[in-house]
Amino acid sequence: MDPLLVLLLVLLGFMLIGSLIAIETRDLLSSIISIGAVGLALNVVFLMLGAPDLAITQAVVEIIILVVLLRVILTRRDESYATSRSTLAVGSVLLVLGFLVALVFGALSRSGGGGLQMRPFGDPLMNESGPATAMAPAGEPQAVPPEHRTEAMPQSIGGAYLKYGLEKTRAANYVTGILLDYRAYDTLGEATVIFVAVIGAYAVLRKVGRHRHGRDVVNR
Amino acid sequence: MTLEMMPYLLAFVLLVIGLYAIVAKRNVIKVIVGLVIIQYATNLFLILVGYRRLAGEGAPVVPILTGPVSEAGRLAEQAVDPLPQALILTSIVIGLSVTALMVALAIRLYDRYGTFDTGRIRNLRG
Amino acid sequence: MGGMSLIVKNITRLVAAFIALFGAYIVLYGHLTPGGGFAGGVILASALVLVVLAFGEEFSRQIFSHGAARVSDSAGALVFLLVGLSGYLAGAFFANFPDLLGTVGRLASAGTIPISNLAIGVKVGAGLFGVFLALALFRRRGERRSMEPDLEVFDTEARS
Repeated sequence: MDPLLVLLLVLLGFMLIGSLIAIETRDLLSSIISIGAVGLALNVVFLMLGAPDLAITQAVVEIIILVVLLRVILTRRDESYATSRSTLAVGSVLLVLGFLVALVFGALSRSGGGGLQMRPFGDPLMNESGPATAMAPAGEPQAVPPEHRTEAMPQSIGGAYLKYGLEKTRAANYVTGILLDYRAYDTLGEATVIFVAVIGAYAVLRKVGRHRHGRDVVNR
Repeated sequence: MTLEMMPYLLAFVLLVIGLYAIVAKRNVIKVIVGLVIIQYATNLFLILVGYRRLAGEGAPVVPILTGPVSEAGRLAEQAVDPLPQALILTSIVIGLSVTALMVALAIRLYDRYGTFDTGRIRNLRG
Repeated sequence: MGGMSLIVKNITRLVAAFIALFGAYIVLYGHLTPGGGFAGGVILASALVLVVLAFGEEFSRQIFSHGAARVSDSAGALVFLLVGLSGYLAGAFFANFPDLLGTVGRLASAGTIPISNLAIGVKVGAGLFGVFLALALFRRRGERRSMEPDLEVFDTEARS
């Protein structure tokens, strides 16, 4: 039994328990702290699976999310203690979701190395090597320089980035080379989404103008 | 159901837990917590797809070149997949911005109606 | 929103500059070591958030105001777009320049990647700090901004 797989399953179980606690507990502060614990477990999973950039980013993003959420709940008292809907609605939702999980479980356990055409954990498509025309995603291999196109190469584009990335981008960090050279257009899209979210937050939180009606909506 | 496919199933169960929190909870903060759980589940699934175990002895390597340029060939054989890591990096920071926007909306809701309870918000006119 | 106690202020005075320096290191060395523009930008934002939380928004306006955050955000986005458009000089949108690529492992290598990293770092840092400042500055309708420091904000013993 691979010790890394055992540790990974333990961490995933911890994340499941932590997220169940986060959504079922009545106290909002405990809920946010549990979310922090789930994020920390995810951070350890990123480190274990060989992704240090993601571990750094997840740690600091987790801190900012916790600070922002705490800012919301600590200054506002909410006296409503009923936090879930009626029993019939909750029961039917649970039934449908349980059906979904059973469906995925059945699909994943088909014989022959995993259903849904998914490769088993730890054996990605780039382990196989074949001709360049059969590379996934299908189409001509853009990531490969033209003088290498006739060689045998890994069958997925991540493998092609690993093999030829250094001579095309000269970035020692392959992930940054992908983000800012091979896939820079996607990074432009990401910068746009962050920009729009920030401007949306400004627009929502603008200073309120003059009163439209004389009385307030809620008795203060 | 071999043990090798269990991580994918657990990642899907985490996503289902987040979905349950969004649909069945009345408090707006619990809905935001559910959305954060769904973001974590998505990133977890993507990083599970990109892992590569080596056939022989030894551990797989991080896709960053730390030695001289002649090491690049060995790195291409032993490193984990860098493409899902680029996707997840994008997804984490976008998740942060969207969470900040949702929290801004929640603050505005509390300012307008005095409560975080969506059942009572729907009943108030104004 | 007022500041916090004297201990927090003194520690922040010592530590906030090092956090910002660490964030700048992660941004600048993004193409050599783990990190990059996004992680470094969020670290820079947290250094500024620390200053706002510890000293209050009145004081931190002198260091980095909300208007400066908005200008830096837009400037970072514009520089990133200009780097992309300058790729047309090499043939395609966002193309990297083959003759600017230095030797692997030095700080000045990989063409336009360090410039893009810097632009993204400034953009993400300023944007997230601006959102936090907008969340912190929000006042309810009809509530006057009081003169005494509002210590109730992060005082968890007051909660029952």
